[in-house]
Amino acid sequence: MAKFTLNGHEQAVDAAPDTPLLWVLRDHLGLTGTKYGCGMALCGACTVHLEGAPVRSCLLPLSAVEGKSITTIEGISADRSHAVQRAWIEIDVPQCGYCQSGQIMSAVALLKSNPSPSDAEIDAALSGNLCRCGTYARIRRAVHRAAELLRDGSGS
Amino acid sequence: MSARAPGHPPSRWSRRDFLKHSALAGGGLVLGVSLAAPATGPRTPGRPVSELNAWLRIGSDDSITMLVDRSEMGQGVYTALPMLIAEELEIDPARVRVVAAPVGDAYVNALNGGQVTGTSNSVPDAWEKLRKAGAQARLMLVAAAAQRFGVPASACQAAEGRVTASGRTATYGELAAAAARLPVPKDVKLKDPGQFRIIGRPQPRLDTPSKVDGTAEFGLDVRLPGMLYATVALAPQLGGRIQSIDAKAAEAMPGVRRVIASDTQAIVVADHFWQARKARDALTIRWAPGPNAQLDNAAIRARLLEAAKKPGLSALTSDDVAAPLKGGDAEKGLSQAAKRFEAVYELPMLAHATMEPMNCTADVKGSHCDLYVGTQVQSIAQAIAAEAAGLKPAQVDVHTTLLGGGFGRRLEVDFVPAAVIASKALGVPVKVVWTREDDMTNDYFRPPALEAVRAGLDAQGRLSAWALHVTSPSITARFDPTNKDPFDSVIEYVQNFPYAVANFGLNYTRQEIGIDVGYLRSVSHGPNCFAVESSIDELAQLAGKDPLAFRRELLAGKPRHLEVLRLAAERSQWGHPPAGHYQGIAFMEGYTSLIAQVAEVSIERGTLRVHRMTCVIDCGQTVNPRIIESQLESGMVYGLSAALWGDITVRNGQVQQRNFNAYRVLRLNETPQFDIHIVPSVGKPGGIGETGVPPIAPAVCNALYAATGKRVRSLPISAHGLA
Ligand code: FES
Ligand code: FES
Repeated sequence: MAKFTLNGHEQAVDAAPDTPLLWVLRDHLGLTGTKYGCGMALCGACTVHLEGAPVRSCLLPLSAVEGKSITTIEGISADRSHAVQRAWIEIDVPQCGYCQSGQIMSAVALLKSNPSPSDAEIDAALSGNLCRCGTYARIRRAVHRAAELLRDGSGS
Repeated sequence: MSARAPGHPPSRWSRRDFLKHSALAGGGLVLGVSLAAPATGPRTPGRPVSELNAWLRIGSDDSITMLVDRSEMGQGVYTALPMLIAEELEIDPARVRVVAAPVGDAYVNALNGGQVTGTSNSVPDAWEKLRKAGAQARLMLVAAAAQRFGVPASACQAAEGRVTASGRTATYGELAAAAARLPVPKDVKLKDPGQFRIIGRPQPRLDTPSKVDGTAEFGLDVRLPGMLYATVALAPQLGGRIQSIDAKAAEAMPGVRRVIASDTQAIVVADHFWQARKARDALTIRWAPGPNAQLDNAAIRARLLEAAKKPGLSALTSDDVAAPLKGGDAEKGLSQAAKRFEAVYELPMLAHATMEPMNCTADVKGSHCDLYVGTQVQSIAQAIAAEAAGLKPAQVDVHTTLLGGGFGRRLEVDFVPAAVIASKALGVPVKVVWTREDDMTNDYFRPPALEAVRAGLDAQGRLSAWALHVTSPSITARFDPTNKDPFDSVIEYVQNFPYAVANFGLNYTRQEIGIDVGYLRSVSHGPNCFAVESSIDELAQLAGKDPLAFRRELLAGKPRHLEVLRLAAERSQWGHPPAGHYQGIAFMEGYTSLIAQVAEVSIERGTLRVHRMTCVIDCGQTVNPRIIESQLESGMVYGLSAALWGDITVRNGQVQQRNFNAYRVLRLNETPQFDIHIVPSVGKPGGIGETGVPPIAPAVCNALYAATGKRVRSLPISAHGLA
């Protein structure tokens, strides 16, 4: 039985220790917002936060999160009120939407450590997140917009 | 995508395979399966809801639900189609709850001949149909209000979800039950474009909120009570077959419920995906390599080159070729030309690489099957599921989920039967998930093509002859064996060759390559636009003219075309790029839209960098300009990924690219700045989902030529050491 903190709550899971966190979240815990895209840390669709830092959950075994704190897309706000989510809605970033949980988790992590990122800093932080629908230009705009919302103090 | 509804479901493998080879798997593979009773139960108990027509349900609580009969794969149909109804129904589209339509006759796409989402024609097909449905429903609600108020219908006003007359008012929800019992009015007058209040204005997407909090449900996210998870082992060599399988080690692994083998694949069913995935690696399968054991890219190319020596079939007999192109004689024109030009353009195979790998969930219970799948072809999915379950199509309910990308890959249903067969065998719902590696190596690839252009200029440097000979395998011959048109999608775009030329030729030689090919976003528009727009650029150079001026000359007398070019030149500051930057242009008439793109590039330390893309489109009446812009950005990113790196290669029958490390696609830091302009236009709405894809490859290669003097005639650009 592995124990960790998931979106602020204690969580216990009975799964093989080598099971990637991605599948623990999706199959065992029913949190399907985190997506499978490549299984090899190549696409970013499975991005979650481990102790606040973005990680690829497809290669992170359950054993590595014992006692740690995990945040998923379901945990960043209860009502889409996080500044990044609001900016994403305002700019209508998603197309198919499949990559977007990962994009948003990367953006949230970036803005936590860098509240006013430049284009180059956004590129550096989010270039590991593929989007086959090509929402990149809007992602860049939305990250700037989210930074603005956070600076105005109107984001969470 | 060009996707006419096929007569038969295409099957790479069939139910018969499974019956025949279930002996291989043997009863012994059944492990101690203890299954919870099925608990899907009835769906949400309904409030009183009235059905106004096939697309519209209005609840007594004023809820408005629209059944959208096209698949949402990012292109925005779950917003654009409801907007069409909302315009005439007089409601705010933001109030609409969208659900996926089931399989049904009302939901057939008349332009595709089936319930198909493809060929960028969801809006063109729905344009009259859904506005009319909205208007009819409004008239029925008005008639119900007139009865209730005891006034003539002409005294009633419908606006913002309610009907008012002389101080009295009733909401649509209050009127819906009575309205639904009234006759459907036949003759309805639709609004003139000048009266539109919703259509043509940027509207937020209805699906965005669910896509920022993880609640949007894709096929991969389907969860049913008692559901098991499965993955498949597919032949490493395309066309390979299972000779023998030893599943003992896999069966003994924790959570594994069953291994089912057929001729062509093994399905591993377990309590969780990761258990199935690990157990798959523990299978010992001896594969017979099949007919492609020796197949590689050199062999494919050799076949195409050999076939290209034949003259091919002239497409000038096809009704699809525009009449003005049929008047001349290409050979005569070529022989009389003052200057002649010949070039062969080569296009590689491509993978669709949707972000969401293929998957399907089935729940077979007795004589019924529920199918949960992200598909572009509901009726074909239904038919193949029925075949796999041994049921009739009417016994299969198709629940279309959101698609994590389609791009034509989900016009295929090869990932459907395994879920049905596993669910039937185990008596519980089963979700089958392909790994990324399965998805990439078992795609129906964009066909490779050789495109030979011969052209001539007269003494004044005007285009006097232009002829294209395409050699490639046929997608449609496999996808729809009942289709007798030998050209079908192969001649897209060239069939509307927009440039003035007295002598035009268009030939096709079909050459199969031993592996299946499929419709990929923009289908043959992509390869053909590359051949047309590269050759026009080369011809401009041969004529000693500016590429834009040369195109303008050839489009004289076509004001809509010229306006698109003029704006493209103006917005891109054509001829005046920043120092060290170079420009290239491409134009296309396709999906009843006109599009021009200007690429601005530089070469930095020997590597191509695309800085800015100017894109101008005339796509007729717009429905949602906001979605059009994102679709054009999307098309350019998709097309640029392919132009720079897209290349599926085969060695000994095995696809060499297995994941995104080997199949490179564009990333955020490589994305150019987009500058998009929509020409105000009142023509019928044109297609948009694929239109942005084709021009970018020739535009970038033409810019590359401007920068380096090096003409890239084969893609990807990376094969030339430049990307
Ligand atoms: S699924 Fe984890 S990075 Fe792609
Ligand atoms: S929105 Fe479709 S993959 Fe990013």
